[in-house]
Amino acid sequence: MSGLRSLLVAMWTGFRRDRSALFFTVFFPLMFLVIFGALFRGNPAAKVKLAVVGSDQPALLERAVTQPGFDQVVTIVRADTLESARRRVADGDADALVTQDGNRIAVEYSAASQTTAGMARGVVEQIVQAANLAASGAPPTYTVTERQIEDASLKPIQYLTPGLLGWAIASSGIFGASATLVVWRTKGLLRRLRLSPVRLGDIFGARIVLSLLISLIQMALFLTVATIPFFGLKLVKSWWMAVPVMLAGTLAFLAIGALIGGVAKTQESAQAMAQLVVMPMAFLGGSFFPLDKSPSWMQVVSRAFPLRYLNEGMLDVLGRGKGPTAVVPDLLILLAISVVLGALALRVFRWEK
Amino acid sequence: MSTAISAHDVAKRYGEVHAVDGAEIEVDGGEFFGVLGPNGAGKTTLLEILEGIRQADRGAISVLGRSPWPRNPELLRRVGVQLQASAFFDRLTAREQLRTFAELYGVGRARADAQLETVGLTDKADTRVEQLSGGQAQRLSIACALVHDPELVFLDEPTAALDPQARRNLWDLLREINTEGRTIVLTTHHMDEAESLCDRVAVMDAGKILTVGSPAALIRQLDLPQQIIVDRRLLDGDAVVSVPGVDSVAADGDSVVLTTRTPAQAISALAGLGALDGVQIRNGTLEDVFLQLTGREYRA
Repeated sequence: MSGLRSLLVAMWTGFRRDRSALFFTVFFPLMFLVIFGALFRGNPAAKVKLAVVGSDQPALLERAVTQPGFDQVVTIVRADTLESARRRVADGDADALVTQDGNRIAVEYSAASQTTAGMARGVVEQIVQAANLAASGAPPTYTVTERQIEDASLKPIQYLTPGLLGWAIASSGIFGASATLVVWRTKGLLRRLRLSPVRLGDIFGARIVLSLLISLIQMALFLTVATIPFFGLKLVKSWWMAVPVMLAGTLAFLAIGALIGGVAKTQESAQAMAQLVVMPMAFLGGSFFPLDKSPSWMQVVSRAFPLRYLNEGMLDVLGRGKGPTAVVPDLLILLAISVVLGALALRVFRWEK
Repeated sequence: MSTAISAHDVAKRYGEVHAVDGAEIEVDGGEFFGVLGPNGAGKTTLLEILEGIRQADRGAISVLGRSPWPRNPELLRRVGVQLQASAFFDRLTAREQLRTFAELYGVGRARADAQLETVGLTDKADTRVEQLSGGQAQRLSIACALVHDPELVFLDEPTAALDPQARRNLWDLLREINTEGRTIVLTTHHMDEAESLCDRVAVMDAGKILTVGSPAALIRQLDLPQQIIVDRRLLDGDAVVSVPGVDSVAADGDSVVLTTRTPAQAISALAGLGALDGVQIRNGTLEDVFLQLTGREYRA
């Protein structure tokens, strides 16, 4: 146990001080999340933008603004003069111009965008009707309660977060484990350790614990960034089930890395082999775009890659909002892959050059 | 003292190359034992077999009463190893490096820090291993080999690639380690190193151990004549002839070199002539031993 701990501390210290490793395993994937997240942010639930003139806000709108939920449907765009307000509508900065003259509400809109104009008209009419009803003093006969139905189509951030996180975990697991073995072997550190009483299990164990820690850090960073309102990921229901899936995925990638580390003779060849595994796996395993929208051949091919199960498992609980048991098949597959490839990696392990 | 290492008829072949060919070695406890030979003589292979990194093709090997093969963690706890290439954990400081090894052997941090002091690296404690000089790295590597206070230490060419000053410093350190009662087995291709450090030396060439003995005894066995080197200004050209027991005389720059098998006689005669100021007496060296055993010049 002291062997494992001392190796872990040494590896962790070395990792912390390795700027390029920190960049490629932590910041590089996070950068992708930030860039893609910002690019594909889209406009969440487009609001209706109503232009009004100056402080001369139509009294009717004024009352409506105070209603709860109003700000989620309507944005008020203020203009100084009637002229500039009309220009805003013409330029598409606002969907419609609303003015009030006594009891008459006027709505002006551009002919260019019928849909948004229709929405604007609908909103204003609704406001007017509600006002009429309130003016009559009678209690409403019919009421509407609203509830949003879960959207089947994923928002970009919902698949980008698990996908890019999966890619990050695959790279750091595969590159990390293969580099440790090859560098330690070529530098003679494995030989030196072989001549100490440390057990082989402690060496593998320390690398596993280190990778699990790095994965947890990666996940924490990813979820922190993705959930800031700008990117808008919402953690719902069983999001925490992404943690065990992610850890199982890490084990599978470590096994692949250890396999490469056993076969490769130099650090360069290990890196090339790792890249050869990681890049196709990331593309075909659904890290950069959702598999749902991929051609069917790709959905078939993706099943060959452990990253697919990690991505799908995390997507189920981070994006699709499924329950905790949804990830169980993916989790089991990842563990099975870890066991099989891990056993293989132990077989090809060599102390010496 | 008990026997630290006993190896009988050890052989290791790589394809057609007999790296070690029937080597016999007995090392006593507390001894400073050297394996001397040119590069490619099979020293490192022999050492690796004794350490337990390689399996011998044949031979009976006992290290501290155990077999080094297969890997035996209990035995490894009692043995310290310094490898030819310093093997360190990346980006760790000297102190962290030593503490890591200390913990691997189940030894406390205090012991690691004390070891840093022993090898004179206290002021480099917070320097990363990548920034250490060759000599400092070698010292750290030796400190790592000693951190668990082993009974037996293997050092594979510890002074290779060091400048003369660093070599001398390391020699002092190695002597110190040996006087603490540890058995040291060292390989080297430097004759002077073996002569200066080792109680006994095994001279190795082409996989075979040619002879074993203390450097002085090996040289004495050669029965070489001694050379007396005298300042030319102190010894008149004709006077040389009057010195008894001199086999031959040669001029060498400012010096006159007298070769003799009866040095006592010659020296007392030289004293009578007042020619002993700055006199040098040259014995045979291990190089001569090697030359005699192999019939060729020693080239490291």
